[in-house]
Formats: sequence, C-alpha cells, structure tokens
Amino acid sequence: MFHWLEKNPFFFASAISIVISFAGLIEILPNFAKAGRPLVDMTPRTVLQLAGKNVYMKDNCMACHSQMIRPFKSETDRYGKYSLSGEYAYDRPFLWGSKRTGPDLHRIGNYRTTDWHEEHMKDPAKIVPGSIMPAYTHQFTNIADIETAYAEAVTVKNVFHTPYGPGIKSGKAAWEAYKPTVLAEAKKIAADMKDERVKSAMAEGKVPEVVALIAYLNSLK
Amino acid sequence: MQSNAALEYDYSLAKKFTFLTILFGFLGMLVGTIIAAQMAFPELNYLLGEYGTFSRLRPIHTNTVVFGFTVSGIFATWFYLGQRVLKVSIAESKFLMVLGNIQFWLYFVGALAATVSLLLGYSTSKEYAQYEWPFDIVVVLIWVLWGVSIMGLIGIRREKALYISVWYYLACFLGVAMLYLFNNMEIPTYFVSGGLGDPLHSVSMYAGTNDALVQWWYGHNAVAFGFTVPIVGMIYYFLPKESGQAIYSYKLSLLSFWGLMFVYLWAGSHHLLWSTVPDWMQTMGSAFSVVLILPSWGSAINMLLTMKGEWNQLTDNPLIKFMVLASTFYMLSTIEGPIQAVKSVNAIAHFTDWIPGHVHDGVLGWVVFMIMAAIFHMVPRMFKREIYSKKLMEAQFWLQTTAVVLYFTSMWIAGITQGMMWRAVDEYGNLMYSFIDTVTVLHPYYAIRALSGVLYLTGFIMFAYNIIKTMTSGRELTEEPQFRTPMA
Repeated sequence: MFHWLEKNPFFFASAISIVISFAGLIEILPNFAKAGRPLVDMTPRTVLQLAGKNVYMKDNCMACHSQMIRPFKSETDRYGKYSLSGEYAYDRPFLWGSKRTGPDLHRIGNYRTTDWHEEHMKDPAKIVPGSIMPAYTHQFTNIADIETAYAEAVTVKNVFHTPYGPGIKSGKAAWEAYKPTVLAEAKKIAADMKDERVKSAMAEGKVPEVVALIAYLNSLK
Repeated sequence: MQSNAALEYDYSLAKKFTFLTILFGFLGMLVGTIIAAQMAFPELNYLLGEYGTFSRLRPIHTNTVVFGFTVSGIFATWFYLGQRVLKVSIAESKFLMVLGNIQFWLYFVGALAATVSLLLGYSTSKEYAQYEWPFDIVVVLIWVLWGVSIMGLIGIRREKALYISVWYYLACFLGVAMLYLFNNMEIPTYFVSGGLGDPLHSVSMYAGTNDALVQWWYGHNAVAFGFTVPIVGMIYYFLPKESGQAIYSYKLSLLSFWGLMFVYLWAGSHHLLWSTVPDWMQTMGSAFSVVLILPSWGSAINMLLTMKGEWNQLTDNPLIKFMVLASTFYMLSTIEGPIQAVKSVNAIAHFTDWIPGHVHDGVLGWVVFMIMAAIFHMVPRMFKREIYSKKLMEAQFWLQTTAVVLYFTSMWIAGITQGMMWRAVDEYGNLMYSFIDTVTVLHPYYAIRALSGVLYLTGFIMFAYNIIKTMTSGRELTEEPQFRTPMA
C-alpha cells in the first residue's frame, strides 16, 4: 500500500490530510460549545477596558505576564482564586500567556491600584527594586484608540452576540453618541492619577494609553 | 530510474531563497541576541524608544526566525532538492518559473511589511500568529503559490516514486496550510462596525478557552510542520547525498513518517496543562507527547545508522558533523519535550525559562544546524565553486555548539530554580519568596544566555561570510561533486 501511495501523489496527499486531521476533530470540536459559556452574570468589558486590552496587546505584555492561575496552593496563595474557563468567555483573543518573567495578572485588579500602576509604568524598578521590566513612558503620551475599541465591541456584539447594551451600534453617529460614556469612565481613572501629561490630554478629550491600560488592569479580578 | 547526467537543473529560485535564508537568519538572531541581553541588562530596552522594548521585539525575533529564516530555508531547499529527486528541471515549465518568482517577491515584500507592522504594535497576540489579517492573507497567498509549485513539479516529474524528502515537504505544505488557516480566523472590526477605527484591527473568531485550544493546536504543530517535518525532509536528502551512504532503513522511514503525521497533532494540549481546558484533553496531550518519542527517535536513529561503518567521515568532513549534531540535538529536544509534557514536571516547568531553553536546543541545535548544512551542501553545487574555508567551518561548528550548550544549560537551571522558588513554602506553609526574588536570582543565567546569543550570532556571521566568499571567490569546479562537498 505504501509503495502504491508513493507513486500516486494525489492519494498520498489525501492520506496525509486525513491522518493529520484526526487530532483537531477529536480534541477541539466536542467541547467547543461548552467551553464558550460565560460565568453567570458576567458582563463583557467596557469600551475603555477593551481599548486598554488593545494597549496590552500592542505593547505585548503577554510576552512576560500570564493570565492563568493554576489550581495549586502556591498559586492561589500568591495570586488569588484559580482561573475558571467561563471567566474568559468574552476574551478575544485569550491572553493567558506562556511565560512568567513577571507575575501573573489575572486578578491584579484585586491588589493593585491606579496610583500604583501609574508609578510602576513610569519606572518599575523604583516601585519594585530589582525589577527587569522596562518603563512604558510612551503610554503617557500616546493616545489610546478608543474608536477601534468601540468598533471591536460592535463587531463582537453583531457577530458573536456578546451582550453589549443597545448603545453599541455600528456607524459614525452611534460612535459619536457613545463617546462621552467612554470619556466619563476614563475621567474616573485619570482622577486618581498625578501625571500632568495625562491631565492635559484628558482636558482635550483624549485618553492616553496608560489610562485605558489601567482601566483594563483594574478590571482583571 | 533515468540517469540525471543529461539534466541541467535551474537553481535561480533556490539561490534567491538561499540569500533570504541568510538575511532573515541574521536579522532574527540579532534581535534574539538583543532581547536576551535585555533580560540581563534592562537598560538595553531604551535603545529605540517605544519600538525597542523586549515585549515589542520578541514577536519580531520569533516571527523572523520562523517565517523568515526557516521558511526561506524550506523554500530554498525545496527548489533545490525538489527538482533533483523528481528528476525534472523547474525551468521545463515557464509557468512554474513565473509562479516561483511571484512567490519569492511576494514573500520578501510581505515579510518586510509584516515585520514593520509588528514593530508598530499591530499584533493579534497569538504566539507565532501575531500578524494582523492583511498579512495573514499574504501568507496564505504565498503558501498557495508554493503548493501549486510543489504539485506542478510533481505533476511533470520523471521519477515516478516520491522520495522520502518529498513526503515531508508535502506534509509541511498541507499541515501548515490547515493550521494557519484555522488559527488565524479573525474578523476585521472596521468592516463590521460601519467603517470605525483602525482598518488593520481584527478580533479572533474564537474566545477564551476555545481560542487557547486552537492556538496551541496551531502553536505546537507549527513547530511540528515548520521546525520538524521539513527539516527531517532535508536531512533525508542531504545526509545520504553528502556521505554517499544509503538510508539505513526504508521501513523505519515509513514508521517515523506516518507515526509523526498521526501522533504530533494530538500533543498540542500539553501547552495547556493545569489550565481551564478539560482534564481529558490535557491527559491526551501528555500521553501522546510521550508516544511522540517513537517517530521522532525513529527518524533520528535512521539518520545516525545511515552513517554506519562510515563514522570516519565525522572527523574529516565538517558538513557531516553539522548534520550528525543536528540529529543528536533533535533526539535531545524530542526527549526533553515529552518530559516537560508530564503533568507533574509541567507544574514546575510551565511559565519558566526551561521552555525557551527547550525551544532553543531544538531550534539552534537542530533546525539552524540542518539548514546551514543544507546551504553548505547546495551552494558549491549551485555556484559550481568549492567551499571557501574548511577551517572557518570547523571554528563555526565549535563556537555554535558551545553556544547551544550554554543556552540550554543556563535555561534549565534558571527554569527549575524559578519553578521551585515559586512553590517553596516555609515551615508554616507560607510562600517563602516574593515574586521579585525569583527574578533577581536569575540574573547570572540571563547573562550566560546573552553570551551564548553573542557566540551563536558570531558563528552565523562566520557562516554567512564563508558562504558569500564561496559564491564569489571559491575555487571553480569543473564538474559537480558526486558526494562529499569539496572545501578549501
């Protein structure tokens, strides 16, 4: 049979395709619907938090930080309750990470404050002596793309029926109407911050990246 | 079997991709060395402002090495050995030549553009699949072009039976196509939201645990079908060709090939042990990882036994040395992987530096060594010149071997130290170390790793220099060497 296959490339390629497809079909498909269920009463992230998640992705925080607390006492002591599948149901993409050069962040909102993050993003080694994390000072001057975050909320609402309220609709007009909600949320975060650049950007109606990022980090609980 | 004496093969495409292999190899390893140094000396994060942080550069390192260096190497060797084992010159078909050139330019420009996009922070955050949707489309196009090219060449072949290497290249094409397509399913937000925000932004089709499963089914098997399958295909061609020995066992080749095809894909979930994916999937991942030793070692042993009775070649032909060391490192990393996939070991190893350590003994020791050996074998035949310097090859070999050993030993120690410190408790059951203690303790190992990066990169520069000198000023050959590559 093998000799025959080796002379018939079409069937050879078909045989490979069949043999390599098994695993995906058996391991991934059966659980798909079940693993997609959110926890009871869970709400999706706000637009500002989504913008912060996008900053998290842009600066690729997951290169060094996980968001997956494993069910060991040493982990629950350090980070809090172990992670549940349903908690991630609205996360597109998942941001579990694969390396902990820095600590896990899945419940960082429980034990760090806006003020702590502000100082830490400016100079990590000042807050945590010995830290090898670089400072992310550009997040204080770069402006977060909240429109794209809104577009993302609209997309997941329309395509995946993620339960966003009636205010999230497609189109420029809907966005302009919704924008003050995002700015109001950002103001609350910025109120706890000291940086002058953040204050002046907020006064102009712009949200610096660091504000969105902190909104996101505070929501990780 | 026909004689190939009358056949003149067309190496223009193989040459082009060989240049890219060297270019992307250099860039990928340079960035790798920089980010390794950043972990030991964090001040190095500020060389390029926002664009120079470890986190921004890391995907550039991985993607340039995977999709730049390795994929170029796969293309280069395919356009060289594909013709030879199928006994047909690609120039016999104008269509395939044009296709190949489109593939080359699309790939070159696409790779550069995608790298810039990563530098600017456009990323889907899925490891080794960070490219945003427009670049994914370019990747798919390139892959389809290559697929048509493979099928086309097979279609006009003279040698009816497909040689083992062709099995592996075919599998590489099919496997990567399937994995890449499914893992990169994403929806551009701009079009669904009525033209809002950034047109490049997209969201994943899958969420949470499902996304993780699809990602690691991809991530693990991108390694399978990018770093293992085609590289095995290379060694099945280049080792017999260079040594003049026949493959030790056809049956072992069969077992290893079909075994690898069936088993590899199941093991993806070992990246998700102790996570929120169902327990039975984790157990399957662990179990199949252990089974995977069989087909992996099958190929490696088949290669080592191919040298049976001819081990003297190891002492006087550095090219054989590269390939034998490559298969040895393949054995090392395919026994290390299954060990890490055992749940209790994984509890310590996961999230630590042992994982990058494992990746690098596989990639630096196996993939890069094999691709460099392939280029050392091909260039004298494509340019009809002798290798410029055997001495330089020897020096490079030992320098890079030392570098690989430094890399994985330091990362073994770092990983296990960190894993043990995270879980250490005092006599009252309280955690003994704060997180930062487990970071500062790693400094010496990070420094050793950075040094190993410098050594390896230096070796690669020696390689590039040797190859370029071979192309331009190696002694000219009047006829193609039968087996052993001539070197000065």
